[in-house]
Order: sequence, then C-alpha cells, then structure tokens
Amino acid sequence: MPSENILLLGVNHKNTPLEVREKLALTSGYEEPLQALGQIDGLQEYYLLSTCNRVEILVSVSGDVDVEKNLAGFLFGDALTPDQYEKHLYCYRNEDAIHHLFMVAASLDSMIVGESQILGQLKEAYRYSSEKKCTGPILNKLLHKSFSVAKRVRSETQIGSSAVSISYAAIELAKKIFGSLESKRVLLIGAGEMAELAAEHLVGNGAKDVVVANRTLENALDLAKRFNGRAVGLDELLEQLEQVDIIVSSTGAPGVILYKEDVKPLMRNRRNKPLFFIDIAVPRDLDPSLNDLDNVYLYDIDDLNNVVELNKAERDKEAIKASRIVDEEALKFKDWLAGLAVTPTLVALREKGNLIAKMELARTLPKLNGLSLKEQKSVEKMAGAIVSKLLHDPMLFLKSESCKDQSAMKVDVFRSVFDLEKKQ
Amino acid sequence: MLSEINYLLFNSVLVVSFVASAVYLVFFFSQREELRKIARLIFVCSGVLQSLYIVSRYVIAGHTPITSQHEAVVFFAWSVTWAYLSFHWRYSVKNFGTFVSMLVLIMLLIAATVSRQFHPLAPALQSLWLPVHAGFAVMAYGFLALAFCGAIMYLLQEHELKSKKFGFFFSRLPSLDSLDQLNNHCLTAGFALLTLGIITGSVWARQAWGTYWHWDPKETWSLITWFLYAAQIHLRFTLGWRGKRAAVMSIVGFSAVIFTLWGVNFFLGGVHSYAQ
Repeated sequence: MPSENILLLGVNHKNTPLEVREKLALTSGYEEPLQALGQIDGLQEYYLLSTCNRVEILVSVSGDVDVEKNLAGFLFGDALTPDQYEKHLYCYRNEDAIHHLFMVAASLDSMIVGESQILGQLKEAYRYSSEKKCTGPILNKLLHKSFSVAKRVRSETQIGSSAVSISYAAIELAKKIFGSLESKRVLLIGAGEMAELAAEHLVGNGAKDVVVANRTLENALDLAKRFNGRAVGLDELLEQLEQVDIIVSSTGAPGVILYKEDVKPLMRNRRNKPLFFIDIAVPRDLDPSLNDLDNVYLYDIDDLNNVVELNKAERDKEAIKASRIVDEEALKFKDWLAGLAVTPTLVALREKGNLIAKMELARTLPKLNGLSLKEQKSVEKMAGAIVSKLLHDPMLFLKSESCKDQSAMKVDVFRSVFDLEKKQ
Repeated sequence: MLSEINYLLFNSVLVVSFVASAVYLVFFFSQREELRKIARLIFVCSGVLQSLYIVSRYVIAGHTPITSQHEAVVFFAWSVTWAYLSFHWRYSVKNFGTFVSMLVLIMLLIAATVSRQFHPLAPALQSLWLPVHAGFAVMAYGFLALAFCGAIMYLLQEHELKSKKFGFFFSRLPSLDSLDQLNNHCLTAGFALLTLGIITGSVWARQAWGTYWHWDPKETWSLITWFLYAAQIHLRFTLGWRGKRAAVMSIVGFSAVIFTLWGVNFFLGGVHSYAQ
C-alpha cells in the first residue's frame, strides 16, 4: 500500500514582492478558499494559512498523485501565469515540508524572526481547517506538533525575547524622523493585534496620545481604553490626521483607504509637521505615492524589513539554536509518519502479541508442576493461537482495501488502540 | 620676526585643521566614541590657533585683518569654527563636527591659495566701524554656514528615509527633526547678525561717504542675501515651511553668501573690493 505524502506549497515575503502577495492574500476569510481547495482531486487532508507575509497550502496526498499544478493554480488564481509565478513559488515534500512548517511555527521563517504573532495565526488557520473537517490524523498531528515545537523553541532559546518586531523597526524610523517620540501623537487605523503591538511600543517609547480609528467603534473603544486614548470612526480620519504624527494602519480593507490627494491639503494646516505612515496591512491601506509628499514618510511591511536587517546579527546565534530544535523535531515526526504505513504497523502488532504471549508463558509455566515437555509445548502453542486468532480480524481489517483512502486514519486509530506508539 | 611667526601660525592652522578633519572623518566611518573626543580636541586647537593667527595679523597690520581676500576667508573660517564650538548643537546633532570641520578645512585651503600679503588700509576704512561692521557680517556668515552644513545633512538623511535604502548615512546622521531645528536656530541667529551687519555698514557709509546706501555691488548682493533669508524665515513663520524646502533654501541662501563674499569681488568690483 502506498504511503502518505505531505506537500507544502506557498509564497512568502522572502521571494515574493508585496505587490504579488497582496493579490494572493485572502481577504474574505478561510471558509470559501477551503471549500474551493476541497474540490481539487487527490487531496486527503488540507490546510491553508494566509498572513501578511505568507500564503501556504499544506496537504497530504495518498501515493504519488500529482496535485502540485492544481494547487499552484489554486494559489495564484488568475493573478499570475505559471511562467510568472514559477520564481515565487516554493514547494516542499515530506521531510522538507515538515521542516518548513516547524520553521514557520517557531517564527524562524518570519520576516521578523522570533515574533510571536505567527503562532496565533497558525492556530487560527488550523481551527478553521479542522472545523471544516479538512484535516485528518496526519495534519492534526503535524500541526499540533508544530505548536509544541514553537513552544519548545520559545522556552529553550532567547529568540522571543530578542525578537525585534515590526514595531521595533517602526520606532527606529520614527526616531530618525522625529528625534524623540516624546509627546508625539499616534493614530491607529484598524484595531487589530498588530496595531495594538505597535501602539504598545510607541507608548513605551514616550508617545503621548493614542487615537484609534476603526470601522466598528466598539473595537476601537476597547483598544483605546488600553492606552487611555480616544476612539473615532473611520469618517473622522482626515480630521484626525491634522493632529497626529505617527499613523499605524492595519485594516482588512480590500483596497486603499487613504490617497495622496487626501493628505496633500492637510499638510498646510499641519504647518508641514512631518507625518510618518506605517502600513502593515496586506493588501495595503495607504497609497504608495504618499511617500512623494514633502515631510510625509510612508513605510509598508517590506520597507520595515530593511530596517530590521540592520540588527539581525544578534539574533542569528539564537536562530541557529532554534533551528537545531526544529531539525530534531522534524526528524521525530518523520519517524512517526513512516510508522503510519500499514506494514510496519502489522509487524509491530504481531510483535506485541508475541511478546505478551511470551511474557505470560514465562509467568505461568513455572507454577505448573509435572508437565511433560510435550504438554508444555501444547500450552505454548495455545497461547500463540489465542493471540493470532484475536489479532486475525483486526489485521484483516487493516489490510482490507475497502476503505483505502482512510488508511491513514485507520492506522492511526490502530496504533492508539493497541498502544503501538512507544515502540517505534 | 613677527611675520615669520605669522607665517608659521597659518601653516600650523592648516595642518591642525587638516588633522581634525581627518580624525573626524575616521570617526564618521568607524563611529568610535573616543575618536570623536580626540577630533573635537584637535578642532578646538585649530580654533585657538586661528584666533592667534588673526591676532598676530592685527598686531602686524595695525587694523582688523579683514581687508584682503585671504583675511576675509580666514575670518570666515574662524567664525564658523567658533559658532560651532560655542553652541549646544555640537552635542545634540550627531556627527555635525565632521561636516563643519570639512567646510572649515576647505575655506582654509582656499585662504592658503591666495596672497597673504599685508596691504595698507585706505583712509576711508580707518575707523572703529570696520571691526564692528565686518565682525557682524562675518559672524552672520559663520552661522549661515552652519545652517548650510545642517541642510546638506538634512538632504542626505531625508534621501535615505525617502528612498528606504538604509545605507551608509542612515545610522550616522542625526534625526531630521534635530537637523531642521539646527537649521532654524542657525538661520535665526545668522539672520539677526546679518541685519546688524547691514545696518552698521549703512551707518558707517553715511559717516564715510555721506549716504546710507550706495548700490555698491556688495551692498546689493548683501541685500539679495538678506531678502532670501528673510523670505525663508517669513515662510517658516507663516506657512510652516520646513524640512526639505527649508534645507534647499538654506543652501540657496548660502550660495548667495559665498557670491557676496567672493563672486562680487571677482566679477563686479566696487567700494568693498579687497586691496589688490
């Protein structure tokens, strides 16, 4: 019986420019894309992750079904032709896929190595997939494992504490523009997690006032309360722009929400005081040409990455330690995966049965006095027969071709029922 | 004897200023803090030597040494040096010293190429107004030169920030805000001194020649310079002109200063011409 293959396809910030990622990012949530993904033939289990920096599909297929092309087609849709996306796309199989997933979960593949957001995003993506019953025994196990790998990396290395987040990069830049952040005003557009993180850093560095503008005022109020700030509606945006100095935009809006033409007339009222826009949304919220205005500085996620590069060396050491952990765990998982094949499970089961028979015989035989050698042989035979007969049906079931596509689940259940995990 | 000392003094000013610039430049590349301290010390020495040189010329000539091309440029360098050394922005504006010391060195090198001869002062210029008028003007130029250095640094840093390629200058140059403030402060001080220079000059002209204003080329160009800076200060107050535009204006203004100082004498002549 052919074994399971794990396949991981995706694009990330390393080899795909923001313009392309923007087109691929899922703005409508996970449900529809997961459904569409389910239409592709040959997928046993599938899972989808979409963040600002990456879109990845993780699937398990039975045997050598070739789904790569279909998956790539799904990922890029009409945005790019195969010739165009070839240089962006990466595709990993089995060990490499496992390794990559662990790297992502442990935040070693992040734009900002060590940032903790990715784990939350991974868990959320997994929740959708598992709720929609898209994942099965292999991906369930694999993703849970990736969470624990991330935790292990976090507790055993300094990567988290030395993590320099996007907000850190933003602060470096803000200091080059404003000198000190003392008494600078911050406007958050969108009340997401990332905005919160950025605001925390800015306030920590002396920023005075936090204003939150959001589509739903309630969320804005909640976030504003945390910083003793104010909440406003999105329609008051332009008015607020006259007062603030630093703007962090992270809405989920599908298009640009603030144009150069909106900001240009404001600069006169601001008496040309500098404005620093940080656009961490994908797709972008802010018109890239804002940067052309005098005294206006606009940075999107990719730009911030360049700043982060400046203090990368310190973190590299911890990253090496962390990737050792990932290597180790990936290897362990590979062994588990290999164990999922039917034959080794059968062997393991038979071995276990034989072992039980042998142990019981060793305990019972000395207590039986006066048995002849022939009688002893009979007892041994009987024990062996009981084990074989008892295991016969389960083994037949496991070998049966009837429900082939569920073999992975069967094997997994089997291994749990008979407690074969520890033996491998 | 005195003139030999004078000669030696100028050469030592050149050497010390060169060393100061060189150490500042090494510091700029390596960013080692101890080098900055050494460079500043050498630059202070250069400032002291420049003062001594000017005093020695005063003693020899018997009047304020600002009447020849050479003297005017040395005076200019001296005022830039001391405007830099005596104010707080040498602390707040990172790596400012490198740029200022380079500018001073360039001025001194120019001074070295022209004639260092002493010239007798024309009777019309023998007045207490000479040091007052020329002193204000040259001090004004000192501050305006600092504004010019700050403007260059501003444009470099703003280019780094706008282009988002964080190269050599990004970490080495101070924040835009501190450079803009520097520009603002130096301009205000420079403009006030320039105004005083023009007023004292016109009062002196009334005494020496009977009219306040001659439309002598140098006067005209001083007035043009004055208007350029006045416009910039006005725009900053009314429209909040700052940042890149202010920096460009500072550079334009300083070009006018340079032209007033040299260009006028080369191309236009007039009563302010240095003794030939």
